[in-house]
Amino acid sequence: MTTSDVTIHEAGTPADRPLLEIRDLAISFTTGSGEVQAVRNAHLTIMPGETVAIVGESGSGKSTTALAAIGLLPGNGRVAGGQILLDGEDISHASEKRMIELRGNIIGMVPQDPMSNLNPVWKIGDQVKETLKANGRPSGPDDVAKVLAQAGLPDAARRAKQYPHEFSGGMRQRALIAIGLSCQPRLLIADEPTSALDVTVQRQILDHLEKMTSELGTSVLLITHDLGLAAERADKVVVMYRGNVVEAGPSLELLQNPQHPYTQRLVASAPSLASRRIQVAKELGVATNDLLVPGDGGAAKPAMTEDVLQIQNLSKVFKLRAGFGKSTDFTAVDDVSFNVKRGTTTAIVGESGSGKSTVAQMVLNLLEPTSGKIIFDGVDTSVLKPKEIFAFRRRVQPIFQDPYGSLDPMYNIYRTIEEPLRVHKIGDKASREKKVRELLDQVSLPQSTMQRYPNELSGGQRQRVAIARALALDPEVIICDEAVSALDVLVQAQVLNLLAELQSRLGLTYLFITHDLAVVRQIADHVCVMEKGKLVETGSTDEVFEAPQRDYTKALLNAIPGARLMLPPEVA
Amino acid sequence: MKTNRKAEHFVAPVEETPLLATDAVKTDDAPLSLWADAWRKLRRRPLFIISAVMIALIVIVAVFPGLFTQVDPDNGCVLANSNGAPTEGHPLGFTFQGCDIYSRIIHGTQASLMVGVFSVISVLIIGVTLGALAGFFGGWIDTVIARLGDIFFALPIVLGALVLTQLPLMRENRGVGTVVLVLVVLGWPQMARITRGAVIEVRNADFVTAARSLGVSRVGSLVSHVLPNALAPIIVLATMELGVFIVAEATLSFLGIGMPGSVMSWGNDISAAQASIRTNPAVLLYPAAALSITVLSFIMLGDALRDALDPKSRQR
Amino acid sequence: MIQFILRRLLQVIPVFLGTTLLVYFMVFALPGDPIRALFGDRPPSEAVIAQLRQQYNLDEPFWVQYGLFLKNLFTFNLGVDFTGQPIADTLARVFPVTAMLAIEALVIQGVFGIAFGLVAGLRKGGIFDSSVLVLSLVVIAVPTFVLGFALQLLIGVQLGWAKPTVGSNVTWGSLILPAVVLGMVSFAYVLRLTRASVIENMNADYVRTATAKGLARRQVVTTHVLRNSLIPVITYLGASLGALMGGAIVTEAIFNVPGVGQKLYQAILRSEGPTVVAIVSVLVLVFVLANLLVDLLYAWLDPRIRYEN
Repeated sequence: MTTSDVTIHEAGTPADRPLLEIRDLAISFTTGSGEVQAVRNAHLTIMPGETVAIVGESGSGKSTTALAAIGLLPGNGRVAGGQILLDGEDISHASEKRMIELRGNIIGMVPQDPMSNLNPVWKIGDQVKETLKANGRPSGPDDVAKVLAQAGLPDAARRAKQYPHEFSGGMRQRALIAIGLSCQPRLLIADEPTSALDVTVQRQILDHLEKMTSELGTSVLLITHDLGLAAERADKVVVMYRGNVVEAGPSLELLQNPQHPYTQRLVASAPSLASRRIQVAKELGVATNDLLVPGDGGAAKPAMTEDVLQIQNLSKVFKLRAGFGKSTDFTAVDDVSFNVKRGTTTAIVGESGSGKSTVAQMVLNLLEPTSGKIIFDGVDTSVLKPKEIFAFRRRVQPIFQDPYGSLDPMYNIYRTIEEPLRVHKIGDKASREKKVRELLDQVSLPQSTMQRYPNELSGGQRQRVAIARALALDPEVIICDEAVSALDVLVQAQVLNLLAELQSRLGLTYLFITHDLAVVRQIADHVCVMEKGKLVETGSTDEVFEAPQRDYTKALLNAIPGARLMLPPEVA
Repeated sequence: MKTNRKAEHFVAPVEETPLLATDAVKTDDAPLSLWADAWRKLRRRPLFIISAVMIALIVIVAVFPGLFTQVDPDNGCVLANSNGAPTEGHPLGFTFQGCDIYSRIIHGTQASLMVGVFSVISVLIIGVTLGALAGFFGGWIDTVIARLGDIFFALPIVLGALVLTQLPLMRENRGVGTVVLVLVVLGWPQMARITRGAVIEVRNADFVTAARSLGVSRVGSLVSHVLPNALAPIIVLATMELGVFIVAEATLSFLGIGMPGSVMSWGNDISAAQASIRTNPAVLLYPAAALSITVLSFIMLGDALRDALDPKSRQR
Repeated sequence: MIQFILRRLLQVIPVFLGTTLLVYFMVFALPGDPIRALFGDRPPSEAVIAQLRQQYNLDEPFWVQYGLFLKNLFTFNLGVDFTGQPIADTLARVFPVTAMLAIEALVIQGVFGIAFGLVAGLRKGGIFDSSVLVLSLVVIAVPTFVLGFALQLLIGVQLGWAKPTVGSNVTWGSLILPAVVLGMVSFAYVLRLTRASVIENMNADYVRTATAKGLARRQVVTTHVLRNSLIPVITYLGASLGALMGGAIVTEAIFNVPGVGQKLYQAILRSEGPTVVAIVSVLVLVFVLANLLVDLLYAWLDPRIRYEN
């Protein structure tokens, strides 16, 4: 389309006039401590049929900006300045009546979390029907089924009669997409539409969404934290940082030639774009190859060939109650075997329900295996006596996913890190305090953090405290259960770097449980891919990434957002 | 949809949004524990201040009634004063028996408060222990305790009290002890339920699993991690129940199955006032007001505590 | 759904058996002659005592006694009172009165509690909300019998808007004042629960999504906020029946309503233990069954419950 060729769309907008234009938008929130500015001077332009992505960390103002465009700011928020022009009409202070006309019909929305965005007490079909009805469209059972079928929901007529809790996460998200697009809006706001889903499902749904919007000619405002995903799906990317738009431009150009220091930082740390193992080890004098090829370690690590953990034919069967005293067996882990070499990182990758966390729980001796053996340093851990288990705990420590759940909110940081020392009766009060200070140094937290409480720290800081606690007993193996999954990209990179640095300094062995293949590539030496309780592929990280053997592994790799972007290597 | 429309590349000046160090620890304000945080919130709530002052006053009255009145509430009654209007030194007038209403209210505080405090302490001991065991260990322990609780729960408090107080043993020893016993027997399931729920919510938190993998025993993690984090709803319920139990005592006394007539209590006074309510409402209204204000103070305190301890308001 | 009903029924049976066993055990398993003990210092005639001994099968072993007691309970063979009158006959006369009173109170607390709670929750932080919140605390703090006397005095005696006592001629209208008193405390709880629930649901993601679909606010509130908010309220209303029964004793005594509560109160005053036990057992049965009904209503409102294990 050229600028001279002024065509009129069906809906009446000239193709060269922006469908949505946000100018100098400022949004503020009234909180207990006064007025807080969440967004300043935001601006972006979406042309008809275009997809624009806003990228930013949590708290960057990206979702707030999008919500303002559909008039759904929370009660304490307001547009403090600027304009939101929809097809030339300023809707930043439009009446509620006008907004109700626009919502659904002209502006649709696909929200983030498929679990909480459907009303649990109404059938899916009813929730589609009320949308059609509210926007004056035919809403018979056939229309409802058609809308659901278009969103890729199989057997739509029957599915419409089911409740949300009978749907899987992916199906719920399809239903939400169906609702968002049911009235063929001209603008669709998609707020992290797939971030709660497994990567393979995510890919299917985004592909389908792209197909539908391009058929309908719908413009899309995509909100995401994932730069790779944004670049892959959008024509233009807008980068937001601390409430400001810091950079905006065509996707590829922005990735290849980031100008603002924040964007540069973001591009450098985006795991989906990075292609190699974190190089900290190399900088510290250990060749990357040594990490990958066991047995070639320096004098500091004499035992690289030794298998510190041997998992042999491990299975776990849960009994699920089926009511009336009956129970069905659910095999969460099915005959899994692999070895972990001392001083290396082994990643277990899988989607939800793959059994990867169950393996971690069993290795930690928190869950008893149904069959099979876990041999730690030559000893089967399932036959340990209580006293031996106590000693075992000193040598194997966990770090968990949720930085908000893994620290006791009632304990200050000093007590949190000191607890393992106290429990194992190591040292006296003074020496324990010295040790806590050292540990805080090791995880790069100021010693003044000692007196603080978890609720005063950010997610990344909490995760560093959790690492310090895990290190307190000088363990040999650390089990990281999705340890960085809940963190923002930059913080995630920082924590991954810290973990890599600690490994090369202390000779730690990591068992890294994650759903995120992009992270695996950055940190792991070996990869075990799990699907539905079974181990489907193992190998060195390079082997698995370069030449995956199984279709499932290929599908996983292919689904990494940004994987298909062709980027010159120096950017990544 | 990818179009090949050319868009400009915008870069904001760096000065407008200077880069902050990734994830720096803020060092400006003082560290704040959850309790300190709750205390800070409470201090600013008028509801809390009013109820705290009221409760302090009520406790002083209960412990040192002599500070507030010199009139003997029992033996100073003169029938000539029956249903008399207020006079010098007798600000609220007289009962049907010619006793000083004000003095009786002051001296009656003790019994009401004692029933409330003893009942709540006993309910806390029984309910929290059973609830925590049920919630934390689950399995058959949970089933047994939950079913047991259901059985007592299916006995509405006044109905249950009616049956209990019919027992010869209870009838012959009526007093603070029996009333407390009745309230505890019928009141513990509520506390056990709340504790169980709170414990289950915390039980599976990662920090409990982390403590277990540090080598902390199961019971150790229950005591040092789970219970402290489950305390908020327990404290709130205990505060409210103090009020509820005081009402229950008064109701039982009113029905004639609570305190024996010889014990001075608001419930007994209100019960005795029924006879002369039309001629002298003051006999009924003043003790009723004392009772209501006391209960209101505890309920308000519980309400303020609930807001301050609400985990939802804690998260940033 | 049928599975759910069966499962619930299976859960109700042990509770009912346990509760009645508890009541029965407390009264009849103690040493001494329970019949004489239950009457205290004013024993009735020998004929009545003999009838009662037969009624409660005191010569049989405890488990047989309990079994026969249950059988009698289900066949409404409740024995005789102090004067030798069958209790079942008395109950049949007074039960409808109390049922009327309870229904009226339930409607008052439900309708007004939900309505006030909804308005307060939708206008969180406003004047209506703040004043209703403080007032509800006051209502909770004032005991039923104090409120009863106060309203009787004010509305019945001084203003003369209603008859201060009901008497033998019971009509729906004459029960309004006692029903208000009876429903007042639970009204405050229903109000607060509805309010909290509405506020929580107003912040739910699906409510925002419903707005984003283009639904008008009224529609969002009625189809999404209200129904979801009612779920915990319905459960509470079931549990509040217990409080209603206790409250009915007090209320009926104050307003002279010839219902179950008044009969119970008279039995207490006359130290008629067996009558008290018989009536309480019937009331517990009613309470347990009513809660079963509420559970089914709950499952109907919330489809997730039906499938839970």
